Amino acid sequence: MTHYSAFSLLKNALSGHKNWREQWPDAQPKAEYDVIIVGAGGHGLGAAYYLAKEHGITNVAVIDKGWLGGGNTGRNTTIIRSNYLYDESAKLYDHALDLWEDLSQDLNYNVMYSKRGVMMLAHNVHDIQSFKRHIHSNRLNGVDNRWLTPEEAKEFCPPLNISKDARYPVMGAALQMRAGTARHDAVAWGYARAAAARGVDIIQNCPVIAIRRGPDGAVQGVDTAKGFIKAKKVAVSTAGNTSVVMQSAGLRMPLESYPLQALVSEPVKPVFPCVVMSNTVHAYISQSDKGELVIGSGTDQYVSYSQRGGLPLIEHTVAAICEVFPIFSRMRMLRKWGGIVDVTPDRSPILGKLPVKGLYVNCGWGTGGFKATPGAGHLLAWTVAKDEPHPINAPFTLERFTTGRLIDEAAAAAVAH
Amino acid sequence: MLLIHCPYCDDTLPEPEFAYAGEAHIARPADPMALSDEEWKNFLFIRSNPRGTHYERWRHIHGCGRFFNAIRDTVSDKFVMTYRAGEPRPNLDALKEAAE
Repeated sequence: MTHYSAFSLLKNALSGHKNWREQWPDAQPKAEYDVIIVGAGGHGLGAAYYLAKEHGITNVAVIDKGWLGGGNTGRNTTIIRSNYLYDESAKLYDHALDLWEDLSQDLNYNVMYSKRGVMMLAHNVHDIQSFKRHIHSNRLNGVDNRWLTPEEAKEFCPPLNISKDARYPVMGAALQMRAGTARHDAVAWGYARAAAARGVDIIQNCPVIAIRRGPDGAVQGVDTAKGFIKAKKVAVSTAGNTSVVMQSAGLRMPLESYPLQALVSEPVKPVFPCVVMSNTVHAYISQSDKGELVIGSGTDQYVSYSQRGGLPLIEHTVAAICEVFPIFSRMRMLRKWGGIVDVTPDRSPILGKLPVKGLYVNCGWGTGGFKATPGAGHLLAWTVAKDEPHPINAPFTLERFTTGRLIDEAAAAAVAH
Repeated sequence: MLLIHCPYCDDTLPEPEFAYAGEAHIARPADPMALSDEEWKNFLFIRSNPRGTHYERWRHIHGCGRFFNAIRDTVSDKFVMTYRAGEPRPNLDALKEAAE
């Protein structure tokens, strides 16, 4: 692997940038691997990287039905934060935030992690009480989060409309300074390059048809479009398609898949310094380094795998943005897309072992998977390598839906679901 | 935008008139006291979530206000049919044969 540095950039500039090597080779499947990871998004590639780096397991394949990073990794709004209410969630998401800090150096790949701050607006008394409760809970867990008055919010984000006559007046805001955004594609590419350099095979355009189990119930490998591949351990990290993949192993999941839409405007000069979210008007917005406003909101209401979603939701989202930021009312939108998110009943992920020997899952991240990418990969790798969950992901079992020990971020509503 | 046929109003109307209400034909247990934790999990949380034909409930909130069932393809989002709540689950194969 070529080490990227100012020196390598200069050297290649002198030869007209004609001698850059490919970032990772496109592998063909071998007959057998120690571990197969289904799904080459940020989470799956991250797991492969940490398996190789921290656990010395390099005979690993990451298999995807399309190209790597072509699912939800390339379809999100790149927001990173960890201001979740419950202790279990705060630890989980803050673990990811810790890894984001040094990720570019660790991977020798610029993921453009930008700590520009995420501000969540309070529009009514309930919002104020709920956010203050979050702030206190976060501070007890060592998670950065603080309260701003409307004037402080306006100072932090000048385009904000804090007029008392607004339809949704801003009554304050919760600000996590450590939160921000990152370049989503670079995360997948950086993990892919670093994992491939350590011997991981990345197999693209190879749909997994079924997970094969032996007579004793244990996992034997996966049937793919390129034939059967043997492996004693299979980890599934397929977001919206998890129910479908798991059904082939005879498991029914507590998941439903919904389209989550996002849209970007035409690019403009820097106008928006942070990320702003509003649960009440239900929208969130930031500005990419290219200059586009990146806008998103909640999922469509119905189960779907269409990766499109409906226009009524876009209309609602844009209306909400124009209400809070009147200066954007004449911006033209460039394109919109949808990703299929797998939502659990308690809106917390399932990350750990399954009742099938050799089968592991990382799913249920719902509308908030991108922010967790390094953490999810790191914890999935740990769980697969040691055949037991890390203390951080130990509460996020499938069994919690039987025991009733839910981690109910849905009721806590820390996020715009 | 989805256009949805309400079987009570007998009219095909745009999606914002309707609220989605989850998977259809999940019957509440006849004897809840007799259920194991595993069976409660299956009733409360496990959903078929298919990539393809989905039986689901909708409610005509800005119309008659009534619940009805629908069959929809979750990849194309196209409705196959809608039918009144309480009617048995239609046999899709028989419907296809009848159409041909």
